[in-house]
Amino acid sequence: MFSTDYRLEIKKRDWLLMVRLFGEIDHHSAVSMREELDRIILKERPRRLVLDLSCIEFMDSAGLGLLMGRYRLMREIGGVLAITRPNERVLRILHLAGMERFIEIDGKA
Amino acid sequence: MDNRNCKRYRDEINKMELTLPAISVNEGMARAAVAAFCAQLSPSPTDLADIKCAVSEAVTNCIVHAYKHKKGNFYITVNLYSDKTVRIEVLDKGCGIADVRRAREPLFTTDAAGERSGMGFTVMENFMDRLTVSSREGKGTLVVLTKRLGRKTAEEE
Ligand SMILES: Nc1ncnc2c1ncn2[C@@H]1O[C@H](COP(=O)(O)OP(=O)(O)O)[C@@H](O)[C@H]1O
Ligand SMILES: [Mg+2]
Repeated sequence: MFSTDYRLEIKKRDWLLMVRLFGEIDHHSAVSMREELDRIILKERPRRLVLDLSCIEFMDSAGLGLLMGRYRLMREIGGVLAITRPNERVLRILHLAGMERFIEIDGKA
Repeated sequence: MDNRNCKRYRDEINKMELTLPAISVNEGMARAAVAAFCAQLSPSPTDLADIKCAVSEAVTNCIVHAYKHKKGNFYITVNLYSDKTVRIEVLDKGCGIADVRRAREPLFTTDAAGERSGMGFTVMENFMDRLTVSSREGKGTLVVLTKRLGRKTAEEE
């Protein structure tokens, strides 16, 4: 009941990979989210990865680490990361870290 | 710990003490338990979300840094006061922090390999009214988070 559950929904079109994240992002869930995301990224090698955060119910600074890590991995394989539809809470924490300065963020949920 | 500070608040109306092992599944458990306890003060959704996030940060630090994923407990005490002030202590008996001022700086982390962002203390500071950190190397760390509910944060004003 209290274990942080999450789920990923993946859509692919040409060089675009869309991943919608569901649930809570904390240090506990981020560890396996990171593994799962990296496996998909390295398999698909997209030019553009869009992470849809509209269904994230909770995120703390572990989410910032997760996003920064995927930003770096995408750059390594010659692609870009974009974040879409963060809710107001998530947006607040993204801004606190100044993430908008290097990651494209659009479409408030 | 700091008794003088408590005098400022009006009556204590309720108190909760919680001891949990430092395992990552308890990050969600701890923030859910504290949020449920604070609900009796009828906090706004924003206040409640702020508290959950700050507690999650403090507890994660016990698990990741204080005990470095080894065995240990962390101790949470929540006091509720009649003026709608919430006071949350998170204590560990882990490795302690050598330089607290430096640790509190945004983006400072000693665990970059673990994909930490170094933003935990910054989040606690911004989402609560007050954050105090006392620590002794080899002894442990006490984090105290306080928030008066229903007040606007600096950002919202
Ligand atoms: N309870 C603790 N025990 C020992 N060290 C801590 C504790 N909390 C924080 N720290 C130290 O302070 C640093 C900054 O913490 P924080 O702002 O939460 O960032 P992060 O957890 O992402 O590293 C940590 O990297 C760690 O070195
Ligand atoms: Mg932290």
